[in-house]
Amino acid sequence: MSTTTDTPVRPHDAAMSHVHAGGYALELRQLRKSFGKTDIIRGVDLAVRAGERVAIIGPNGAGKSTLFNLISGRFAPSSGEVILNGNRIDGKKPFEINRLGLSRSFQITNIFPKLSVFENLRCGVLWSLGYKYTLFRFLADLRDANERAEELMKMIRLDKKRDTLAMNLTYAEQRALEIGITIAGGANVVLLDEPTAGMSKSETSRFIDLIREVTVGKTLLTVEHDMGVVFGLADKIAVVVYGEVIAFDTPEAVRANPKVQEAYLGSVLADEQAASAGH
Amino acid sequence: MSRTYYEFKPWNVGRWIVWTLFALVLLLAPKVFTSNLSVSMLAQMGIAIIACLSYNMLLGQGGMLSFGHAVYTGLGSYMAIHALLRVSEGALSLPVSMVPLVGGLAGLFFAVLFGYVTTKKSGTTFAMITLGMGELVFAMSLMFSEFFGGEAGITADRMVGDPVMGITYGPGVQVYYLIAVYTFVSVALMFAFTRTPLGRILNAVRDNPERVEFVGYNTQMVRYFAFMIAGFFAGISGGLAAIQFEIVTAEVVGPIRSGGYLLFTFLGGATFFFGPIIGGVLMVLAFVLFSEITKAWLLYLGLIFLFMVMYAPGGIASLIMMNLRVAAFGRLRELWVSYLALGVTALVVLIGAGALIEMIYHLQLSTAMGDTVKFLGATLNARSADSWFGGAFVMLTGLGLFELARRNFSRQWAEIQTYIEKEIKRRETQ
Repeated sequence: MSTTTDTPVRPHDAAMSHVHAGGYALELRQLRKSFGKTDIIRGVDLAVRAGERVAIIGPNGAGKSTLFNLISGRFAPSSGEVILNGNRIDGKKPFEINRLGLSRSFQITNIFPKLSVFENLRCGVLWSLGYKYTLFRFLADLRDANERAEELMKMIRLDKKRDTLAMNLTYAEQRALEIGITIAGGANVVLLDEPTAGMSKSETSRFIDLIREVTVGKTLLTVEHDMGVVFGLADKIAVVVYGEVIAFDTPEAVRANPKVQEAYLGSVLADEQAASAGH
Repeated sequence: MSRTYYEFKPWNVGRWIVWTLFALVLLLAPKVFTSNLSVSMLAQMGIAIIACLSYNMLLGQGGMLSFGHAVYTGLGSYMAIHALLRVSEGALSLPVSMVPLVGGLAGLFFAVLFGYVTTKKSGTTFAMITLGMGELVFAMSLMFSEFFGGEAGITADRMVGDPVMGITYGPGVQVYYLIAVYTFVSVALMFAFTRTPLGRILNAVRDNPERVEFVGYNTQMVRYFAFMIAGFFAGISGGLAAIQFEIVTAEVVGPIRSGGYLLFTFLGGATFFFGPIIGGVLMVLAFVLFSEITKAWLLYLGLIFLFMVMYAPGGIASLIMMNLRVAAFGRLRELWVSYLALGVTALVVLIGAGALIEMIYHLQLSTAMGDTVKFLGATLNARSADSWFGGAFVMLTGLGLFELARRNFSRQWAEIQTYIEKEIKRRETQ
């Protein structure tokens, strides 16, 4: 075990006022990943300023989720650097990265099914409040952890389901809980992998409001397919095609970018127009 | 809203009642069951309860299927009996009532040592490593006879040192009360563990280890710490066993003992805290009483285990809790006819199957004693077609009737569960 991470950077304290060289919350430098002989990520450079909301778009199989897995430590990159709040994090374990202020959600709901909603959220806050592997205190006496979990439960509108087991929630509620666990530790960089996957249109728009609300002041990276959501939520858009970022700019600039039009957006926008015309 | 209500109110009356009752049961049990055999069994139950609860810290709370828990109870026993020997030699000054702690520390020490390797992995790999560790220690127990005592084991006298307040640990009932105190404190501490941050994160690791890594926890460390604590209580249980029996043989670290912990923890119910307590009690009943009734007891045990895995994977504790839930919604009373039908038909199956099993055992093992088998007061002839036909007929009839009763019960049960779900939804929306 590395000892340097045993004193966690309190993510709350390290919020966006924390300015590093260049002022970037997250920086990827020539990041590469191959599985066997297949190159999935082929030299990605990306620099996200603190407090920015970035949507990552691209066709299926372009490497968006792999990119998230590399950043969050699920996989180690083959080469290149990932810098979070000024710290090199490439090759570190997920829990080490989390302690340095990065948290993520998953495309496939990833919660604690046999624990209640409240317990799910409380598990999410414990480490960040410094309780770690505490053995000699009762959970019930941890005022700050309990209050934070209650507060989160209200934020994600699940306070009426406090004692319901997570596995008995509806799909949309589970997605909300997933976001709740992700933001629980107060990380200042939040990665959301297709947060609205599998939701209906009306659920999606409500959910986007929720995401916007709970990530105020945080640096947000999200993989998203719904272009309405992307253009509504993001300050900047990164277009990933075949393991490379082919554009990284404001929504307007990306929309107008001929390279993007050709590689990806043209077909997607055409599909969406066709879909809305069909209604 | 329930802002200040987190888990329990500090003066939770229900909880006080439960713990007081538990203490009273421990206190009064030897007054009700006074024979030497029953006092010895009660003492063994305390030992088994601690062992099964410590095992369940791994299985039920941490999702770690260990096949080698006897390593920690057994090495605890060995260290405790060596401590007893040193005390009687005068080389060590320690009251006998503290000897179980030696076992606990030994359990902790070996859990720290072996657990580092064992808990590196989870799931199937974890199970395999524990199996390997178990075999390793068992093999060593036969190699190093100075420490393990070889075939004969190690014996010691628990009546050593000066008696404290007239307690010599000569009479079995004194040992019982020592074990009862350790049982109460250990159960309370292990319950308290489930209410700590580490205990809760252990549940989270069981449910979804990957997610735990992404909220800042090193799952390997969580498993390792839990393993140490389980090892400590396992060692306490082993230390008490050393005092109770005054002999420790190699089988206490063996795979059969480990399998016993798994089997009875599962039977009692791994999903609820109190399940292993039931398991521990059953373990002693089976090993001491059931084995007296029939030589084929392990076979029956296997059948019961199979039956439970198939029909009630949550063990007896979950059966109790499910019925309590039905009772809470006022629907338990209508089930009693079905339960009666299930019970009677299951008994018929058991009688038929029992007759067959006893005859098979007789033919295989004790033909020299003649052809007749005494079974529940009836005389069966293991070489007569009539007895075999009769046994098979009773069993098959029982099976048919049981299946009918079971189907009827399932329908009724499903209807009640739907009602309860609806009722819960209705109450939620109110």
